[in-house]
Amino acid sequence: MKISETWLRTYVNPALSTEQLVAQITMAGLEVDAVEPVAAQFSGVVVGEVLETAQHPDADKLRVCRVNVGEAEPLQIVCGAANVRSGLKIPASVIGAVLPGDFKIKKSKLRGVESFGMLCSAKELGLVAEAEGLMELPADAPVGVDIREYLQLNDNSIEVDLTPNRADCLSVEGVAREIAVLNQLTLAITDIQAATVTSTEKLAVHVDAPQACPRYLGRIISGVNNHAQTPLWMQERLRRSGLRSLSALVDVTNYVLLELGQPLHVFDAQKLQGDIHVRYANKGETLELLNAQTITLTDNHLVIADDKKLLALAGVMGGNESAVDNNTQTVFLECAFFAPLAIAGKARHFGLHTDSSHRFERGVDFELQHRAIERATQLILDICGGSAGDITAVSSQADLPKREPIVLREAKLTQILGMAFESQAVSDILTRLGLHVSVQADGWKVIPPSFRFDIAIEADLIEEIARIHGYNNLPNNQILVRSCLNEATESVIDLERIKDLLVDSGYQEAITYSFIDEPMQKTIAPSAQFIRLQNPISAELAVMRTTLWGGLLNAALHNTNRQQTRVRLFESGLRFVQQQGETHQEKMLAGLALGNVNSEQWGEKTRLVDFFDVKADIEAIFALTGVSVDFVAEEHETLHPGQSAKIVSKTGDVVGWLGMLHPTLESQLGFETPVFLFELAQEILLKKQHARFKSLSKFPSVSRDLALLVKEDVTSGDIIASIASCEEPLLQEAVIFDVYRGRGVDENYKSVALRLVLQNQTQTLTDTEIDAIVSTFLETLTRQTGAKLRD
Amino acid sequence: MSDNLEALLTQALHALANATDLTSLDDVRVHYLGKKGIFTAQMKELGRLEPEQRREAGQVINQAKEAFQEALDAKKIELEQAALLARLANERIDVTLAGRGQSVGGLHPVTTTLRRINKIFASVGFQVVEGPEIEDDYHNFEALNIPAHHPARAMHDTFYFDAHRVLRTHTSPVQIRVMESEKPPLKVIAPGRVYRCDSDITHTPMFHQVEGFLVDTNVSFADLKGVVYEFLRAFFEKDIQVRFRPSYFPFTEPSAEVDIECVMCGGEGCRVCSHTGWLEVMGCGMIHPEVFKSVNIDSETYSGFAFGMGVERLAMLRYGINDLRLFFENDLKFLQQFN
Repeated sequence: MKISETWLRTYVNPALSTEQLVAQITMAGLEVDAVEPVAAQFSGVVVGEVLETAQHPDADKLRVCRVNVGEAEPLQIVCGAANVRSGLKIPASVIGAVLPGDFKIKKSKLRGVESFGMLCSAKELGLVAEAEGLMELPADAPVGVDIREYLQLNDNSIEVDLTPNRADCLSVEGVAREIAVLNQLTLAITDIQAATVTSTEKLAVHVDAPQACPRYLGRIISGVNNHAQTPLWMQERLRRSGLRSLSALVDVTNYVLLELGQPLHVFDAQKLQGDIHVRYANKGETLELLNAQTITLTDNHLVIADDKKLLALAGVMGGNESAVDNNTQTVFLECAFFAPLAIAGKARHFGLHTDSSHRFERGVDFELQHRAIERATQLILDICGGSAGDITAVSSQADLPKREPIVLREAKLTQILGMAFESQAVSDILTRLGLHVSVQADGWKVIPPSFRFDIAIEADLIEEIARIHGYNNLPNNQILVRSCLNEATESVIDLERIKDLLVDSGYQEAITYSFIDEPMQKTIAPSAQFIRLQNPISAELAVMRTTLWGGLLNAALHNTNRQQTRVRLFESGLRFVQQQGETHQEKMLAGLALGNVNSEQWGEKTRLVDFFDVKADIEAIFALTGVSVDFVAEEHETLHPGQSAKIVSKTGDVVGWLGMLHPTLESQLGFETPVFLFELAQEILLKKQHARFKSLSKFPSVSRDLALLVKEDVTSGDIIASIASCEEPLLQEAVIFDVYRGRGVDENYKSVALRLVLQNQTQTLTDTEIDAIVSTFLETLTRQTGAKLRD
Repeated sequence: MSDNLEALLTQALHALANATDLTSLDDVRVHYLGKKGIFTAQMKELGRLEPEQRREAGQVINQAKEAFQEALDAKKIELEQAALLARLANERIDVTLAGRGQSVGGLHPVTTTLRRINKIFASVGFQVVEGPEIEDDYHNFEALNIPAHHPARAMHDTFYFDAHRVLRTHTSPVQIRVMESEKPPLKVIAPGRVYRCDSDITHTPMFHQVEGFLVDTNVSFADLKGVVYEFLRAFFEKDIQVRFRPSYFPFTEPSAEVDIECVMCGGEGCRVCSHTGWLEVMGCGMIHPEVFKSVNIDSETYSGFAFGMGVERLAMLRYGINDLRLFFENDLKFLQQFN
């Protein structure tokens, strides 16, 4: 909300500079977002009166004027504005004046005629962005007075960003009330007299929904002139609050809204048929609003209607059909209190947000309506003339908000704020805030005023005391908290440790959005079921990822498109998998590697990263956690069928996948080298077995190397599994240290070199024992995998 | 010494001088001192002499042998030195060439920032708890005293899946989840991703928050102020100015915004702080009695505070990053600056 500082100071004028005032209200919870001068810098402009005008001899559009600027002699000024006429009062810049943009006014000649100044439009004074013709000043404007002084242009627009609880400050009077409290000053509120009723015209009002509309006031004002010019002072106050002047009647309602915080509406009474009804809409009823938007209503929308049609969406916006226009002569002025819950969300439902809905949703003072309707009446009669009819008021006392007593206990106040207050100081703060206070033995009993919708419980009162006392005047405690020792668990490894490991292996951590575009999601996980956002911010961010690979691939592309030829990324975060209508949020750790295995260097032969490079990085993770897993050759829809492994724990849980991005996807996505991907489930990954000591053998270990001839389809995993199946207690290690194909080995066969390490806890192994164990291994291998010893 | 031996020695020394490496030197040694060497043969000749001559002749031979041995040792040292120098010269490398192999990666600056925040709070016993990112309406709003149609919901710009499920708009639902399952005293921080339906130069639809809360008997606003002050000083490693401003959150009462003196201009006023000299860095307050009620904690016995901060915001201030969107582009040129 924007308000004029000068206007504000007519209510309460503390001895504070603008800067101090702004700081004061900011620190009281009324955050000031901006302070802007209401006019650009200029000087030397005074109120002038056009005495006479004559046609310029050589220019059709120019007039030669004699202008009284309060000097002994009138000035000759040439002017091209269409609205220049004798008797008009205008801002006149005299020689020596400096207009906005450092535009200096000098004596000049226009088409041969001397001009001793310039008559100004509002735009030329930097008051508005666009203006037609000269700025017309009221007839009583005092000639010769500096225009800045006359229009009070040494003023600021203060923009206050109010939190939703402070509806009471959504008006100049409301902010002034707060300033009065903070400075212990008295508020000079606008004196409002009830208008003299001179007309018998009246409309009956039926409130069918008293809970939603506990108070409705209306009156007819007939014989008004909506052509009337809104007075300059009102136009200026509206402008300084960010509102444009529209028509006298609408300006008045906007003005009262700003002044008091009460939204009002004027209907053209001649467009109404029958009585006024405040009711819920019937499902399917439609209404064309003032902004020309046609809305279709349901039965939870409160509306204003006459006997035949809808007139307004209550508390939000009026309808087009019943709106005032230039020819309006009789108005029906509405001033109501709508319950916040009846209005909340209604404007937003139609994509609207109005000054009116903003206030009603948050709570308008429910005792304000009589004052506000009289204030608006007074202004309409002053500006547009006319005669006021009697006020029709429908109130339902039972449905108006209640203001129940609240008890504030001194002990609680002291405990929560960490300091003790003088009893008198507390009473004083609460009273100044407009609460009715009675002192009790252990504290205070208070009743909040009708304009505060945010004070209902003890904690609210504690906040008020803290706020007015000043948060920064409350004590700070050194941290002193009860503590218990946190566990140093060894059953779960910290994800951060694994991230560090990946970082040390050359991976860069990425953070990508949890939502992704649907085509990408479907491309990389065609069979995964995903969940869609109802209101995505864009099509690129519309569905929840079922794998972290999408984001990593996009990030990799971002980099390869920027001349990066080697990318290693990892990310940790949730994936969102739909299964049987349930959404599972699973913590994953995923990575991507492409390009050279090493960054640009001289020392190693340059080669592209391959499956086993990335596998080593993953194996390092499992070495940390101690989880033993199998890499099982299995196809995956995203991966190269011959280079993909499902990673399975010994207990049969799928930990994740590792493989090369399918070559079709590789080229479809726009990569130029193979991309390797892995994704692991954190839940299994992070489980750790803590170490158990085994005593060290004093006896030497023995190693035996076997060269095995096996068919191509026998995997290294098969051979190791076969050895493991012998459950030989003396076996310490079984490692494949070479795989050979070529001369001496038949086609479709490979030679695998296996090293076995044996050791006994209690004695040195004899050759006989070793040979027996090795031959058992060989027999088992032959039986299970068809392996033969190579000659 | 006999003329014969003298000539022999001269010849031997000459041979030594001609040796150019350790191999040829050894050949010379064997030629003169080996089992079948010339000096050895001379010694064998002694047997044929008369005993009294033997002694004198032996001395002469020994003198010649010793002289040769001495020269041999010196020559050996000389050649070894030369060989070592040659090897060292031969093995000279360009030590300015880069080291071989893998380069090290790095963490995302958001992670680095989160780690620092976690570490600071862990040092006084706060526990780190995480929660789901797809939340139900109850935990994200209702239980936090934000009923349907509350104007505060408009401040949240929520992503919806259906009438009941949303992407969490803040990490505060973790507060509810912890208090539902555990009893005070509680000291928890909850870091994580949060989502708002908002995207422009200063907003991304996803960002990170850290929620923290403490519940115990006798917790006061003064304790909250103390924790926040000490945290900010620890985070920025500087005794910065901090101020508390009344604000509004439905789930705390009293509520405050916390401003720090602008770390860019030191409070002088600049573009980053909109010329105010202050930067808003977190929201906080005393946990609202309605929130305690929704998790069945007696607000007469217990009180507590909660605070929430934006991680990207803190990272931007800490590292001088000027564009929020860079965090999620994952450009290596950006990421590698924080390695």
